[in-house]
Amino acid sequence: MWTIGPLGFAAPWLLLGLVALPVLWILLRAVPPAPIRRRFPGVALLLGLSDQETQADRTPWWLLLLRMLAVAAVIIGFAGPVLNPQDETPGSGPLLVLVDGTWADARDWDRRSDRIDAALAEASRQGRTAALVSLTELPADGLSFQAADAVAQRLPSLEPRAWEPDDTAVVDWAEGLEGSFDTFWVSDGLDRESRDPVLEALESRGDVTVFESPRPIIALRPARFEDGTVSVTAIRPEPGTPAERTVAAMGLDPGGVERRLAAADVTFEADATEAELQLSLPPELRNRVTRFEIEGTRTAGAVTLTDDALQRREVALIAGREDREELELLAPLHYLREALEPTADLVDGDLTDVLLANPDVIVFADVAQLAPGEAEDVRAWVEDGGMLLRFAGPRLAASDVSRTEEDPLMPVRLRAGGRTVGGAMSWGEPKTLAPFPDDSPFAGLPVPDDVTVNAQVMAQPDPTLADRVIAQLADGTPLVTAKDVEQGQVVLVHVTANAEWSTLPLSGLFVQILERLAVSTRPAVPEAEDLEGTTWSPEEVLTAFGRIEDAGTLPGVAGPRLAEEEPGPGLPPGLYAGEDRRIALNVIDEERTLATTSWPARIAVEGLDVTRETILKGWVLGAALALLLIDILASLALSGRLRGPRAAAAGVALLAMLGGMPQGAQAQDGEGDQLAVRATSEVVLAHVLTGDPEIDRTAEAGLRGLSNTLFRRTSIEPAAPLGVDIEEDELAFFPILYWPITADQPLPSADAYDKLNRYLRSGGMIVFDTRDADIAGFGASSPEGRRLQAIAQPLDIPPLEPLPQDHVLTRTFYLLQDFPGRHAGREVWVEAAPPDAQQVEGMPFRDLNDGVTPVVIGGNDWAAAWAVDEQGSYLYPVGRGMAGERQRELAYRFGVNLVMHVLTGNYKSDQVHVPALLDRLGQ
Amino acid sequence: MSDPNLLRHGAEELSAPFPPLLVEAEHLATTVLLGNHGRRRAGLGDDFWQYRPAMPFDEARMIDWRRSGRADTAFVREREWQIAQSVMLWVDQAASMSFGSLKDGTTKGWRAKVLGMAASLLMIRAGERVGLTGISLPPRGGEPQLQRIAAMLSEGDEADYGRPETTGMLPQSRALFISDFLGDIDPVEETLTEAADRGVRGALLQVLDPQEEAFPFDGRTIFESMTGALRHETLKAGDLKTAYLDRLAERKDRLETLARRTGWQFMTHHTGESAATALLWLHGALERRV
Repeated sequence: MWTIGPLGFAAPWLLLGLVALPVLWILLRAVPPAPIRRRFPGVALLLGLSDQETQADRTPWWLLLLRMLAVAAVIIGFAGPVLNPQDETPGSGPLLVLVDGTWADARDWDRRSDRIDAALAEASRQGRTAALVSLTELPADGLSFQAADAVAQRLPSLEPRAWEPDDTAVVDWAEGLEGSFDTFWVSDGLDRESRDPVLEALESRGDVTVFESPRPIIALRPARFEDGTVSVTAIRPEPGTPAERTVAAMGLDPGGVERRLAAADVTFEADATEAELQLSLPPELRNRVTRFEIEGTRTAGAVTLTDDALQRREVALIAGREDREELELLAPLHYLREALEPTADLVDGDLTDVLLANPDVIVFADVAQLAPGEAEDVRAWVEDGGMLLRFAGPRLAASDVSRTEEDPLMPVRLRAGGRTVGGAMSWGEPKTLAPFPDDSPFAGLPVPDDVTVNAQVMAQPDPTLADRVIAQLADGTPLVTAKDVEQGQVVLVHVTANAEWSTLPLSGLFVQILERLAVSTRPAVPEAEDLEGTTWSPEEVLTAFGRIEDAGTLPGVAGPRLAEEEPGPGLPPGLYAGEDRRIALNVIDEERTLATTSWPARIAVEGLDVTRETILKGWVLGAALALLLIDILASLALSGRLRGPRAAAAGVALLAMLGGMPQGAQAQDGEGDQLAVRATSEVVLAHVLTGDPEIDRTAEAGLRGLSNTLFRRTSIEPAAPLGVDIEEDELAFFPILYWPITADQPLPSADAYDKLNRYLRSGGMIVFDTRDADIAGFGASSPEGRRLQAIAQPLDIPPLEPLPQDHVLTRTFYLLQDFPGRHAGREVWVEAAPPDAQQVEGMPFRDLNDGVTPVVIGGNDWAAAWAVDEQGSYLYPVGRGMAGERQRELAYRFGVNLVMHVLTGNYKSDQVHVPALLDRLGQ
Repeated sequence: MSDPNLLRHGAEELSAPFPPLLVEAEHLATTVLLGNHGRRRAGLGDDFWQYRPAMPFDEARMIDWRRSGRADTAFVREREWQIAQSVMLWVDQAASMSFGSLKDGTTKGWRAKVLGMAASLLMIRAGERVGLTGISLPPRGGEPQLQRIAAMLSEGDEADYGRPETTGMLPQSRALFISDFLGDIDPVEETLTEAADRGVRGALLQVLDPQEEAFPFDGRTIFESMTGALRHETLKAGDLKTAYLDRLAERKDRLETLARRTGWQFMTHHTGESAATALLWLHGALERRV
């Protein structure tokens, strides 16, 4: 192969042909375009005229240039140009293909896999043995080199992992290697501590070649909630050019479908490796977010899962004394507000409004009596999983709520009045708190000494009381009681929410209690000791490609591991569920920074895509062909032959060559919607378009006449009829389809048959009209009749019979026994009555099948009899004289009955029961 | 050509244009007859003139029994007798007339024949005698003459451009020349001058194709006459357009002047236009003097 720069040629001696180009130039230049011979009688007038310009007998220079270029392209094309020809690097001995196999590899895994495949194929050609090792899945037993093609077969099962290799394990493994081999290291481009020791160990065994992809790595740190906004930080290994990426918040919409809830751009400054995005999301939306991801990057690092830490509870605060003007520090809700504002979303408003917002928690501060309706609503809300937190106060103490019997919205019964200790008018010391029992939700919280209680409401001693106390005072009186109501919970704190009765709201314990009660949101990262002794089961795991997968039957993990360890083989990143909360384990943690690899200068580092061979032969020959095509057009234009239709054809060919055929699909969608709107805003009769314009016009005119008649005579007021293309249009909108049969009608496609059958099964009716008055004649089938048989063959049509005299069609609106159209008299076929239909004595007709006959088949050419033009005058003569008018009238009546039958079903059949019903009513 | 089948085929092919020619001419003529309805002139040969009492020398078959039945005496129905005018028709049948660029295939020759036939039909129906120039078909009246004219018109001419004949032209008669007048103009001039000398008046109708009027050509072209006898090569046909149009206008102007000097009428008709307008003009032009 002979190369110039990045270009190589497979057959370079062919390029000698380029030398011949100047000769060609001279030859082509001398030959003028061939003349057209034209017969033209006016030539007698032309005789003696001479051309004004004489040099046009030479080919114009630009056409020459075009041709030369085309010829040059052909020569170059056949010389076999190759961009970036690859010269093989010979090697020998075993080859170790080492893959990092981390989430960062996932960003262009296919190309890496291709590259490994190419390396293995090359090794196979050279007869080398090979081994394939992923650092995230270290082989248990050293290295085993096998034939390279056998190794290549295992390549599809190699997948990147969502975590990074364990540095110590990798170094140990590398140092334990034996033998001599070359290494081909497909690096993910991220620096880590194990790089240098491993490289050293490998270099002691043989040559090391490194391949790295230049594609940028980008990752997301976990989302944090700060000052009312969600903050997401994107990181990249090294500064450089400014970059902008889109971060999307994904989550379930109210319909339970995962979709993009919000998106915003995050911008890296030129010299920054971090970029922070502040997202201000409405609480409703924020609580739905399950993960953030960088759009267009398919790695686990670019996805960060959110857990309960981001989900903020909505708390509604209701006070019983809102209207009283007070000092702020005495306001019943002041301390609650202060405690909850940083960690929860507060909902304001009165109780009925608040319930509509369906908050997680409602706090009643000294609310005694609720209106009966409100109480019911609150109870229903609690039973659905709401948490009602009540604080006592003077009102509650003075009221009769939960006095004699337990109020559903109170955990305990209360004794009248409460008690006051340690005040000016009472004896005794203010009471302190007792340590929390182990089964209380507050277990483990330190009890500060300075929390004292001066007054409280007292619980009635009750068999259930002991179970309901979750915090008590030093003297054993309950301070906090709770009971479960269905899925929800009612908690009563026996003191006020302000500092009137106790110092509890002033202490840090108040905040902790609220947190333990799951009123406020918990801190983002749990400490290891918090999770001691708990087991967390993975619910969803993250793949290296950033996809969320169901965890399936993965075993649970111990709590401390979640808090302390990095993701690894036994601890895949994902969402872990505990008893009452979920924790997200992300690939990238809070403190993570990324760094690019820095390979020593002696190591050859190649990019993935620089060395791709590109064979240019096809492209160059294609260009030559295009040039020749342009030459044809230009020559035609020059010699004056590019006129009229030929010019148009040339234009079309040129357009097609440029690939610019316009698409009409969207326009069609719009039409489909319009059809749907037209068809469904009113009752619309429809006819099937047969492709014969005359028949279609008649059918439309017929349905127009029938629609007018229905409008005038009945309560059915149809809009203008529509023609329906059964291949394209949706049929479900139409109650009735009139289908005139022509002898040469094309058979519907399989899709259309599906649609028709669905239409028939869902209660639609098709009226087949062969228009030949001959359908009922056995054995004497007309061409239309035969066509009808062919069309109806695959349709889901029940057994048929000639319309019986007591069929409901004979009396849905008019009493009819004949069903003439333009032709009179022949029989009409409908769905057969069930075989067990018997005429009951005294009844005028049988109690026939339920529902609407799906098909009506006749040949009376009803549309022609119904047909009217826009002005309402009849289009076709029917019969003769008055008898003909009568026949047309009967045809209309049949049409009215038909539409009535479709729209009212067997309503008129049920009339058979009228005497019995009247009889019963008369009693 | 001895094969009877071939002969018959040729004959059929030859006679095929007759009925359409006649039919089309008749169709065209009715438009004019209808248009001039009511302008009845004395002297139509078949028309009733008067009833006169039968004389002894009248043959019994001359008696008009219908009229006689209303009176006691017998009447003879007399018709007006009139000397008819002779009209000499020349329709150019040369090769140049077979040119036609229209999509419906109308050639100049066909249009010329249709117009000629239609004019003949009108004149023969009006009682005139129509013949062709030259000695082949002297003027005669009556429907059979139409067939003969049609037969003669269907023959072609080998020459590239036609030239009118003056032989057989009756003095003081009328003449109608239909051609494209694209060939040599001198014979036409001679003919017209000679005709004027003999007191013959008439009309010149120039039939041109729209392409001949527009010259929509471009690029390197060899123009050939219909037989290929004349040819002209150009490298840029587009440049010739103005020169050609100038010459065409000059040709028309010359014909016009010639016609005016000799007392003839001249008009240019394009095959792209309706034939009826040309026929109406012909009718008017000939009627004015006949």
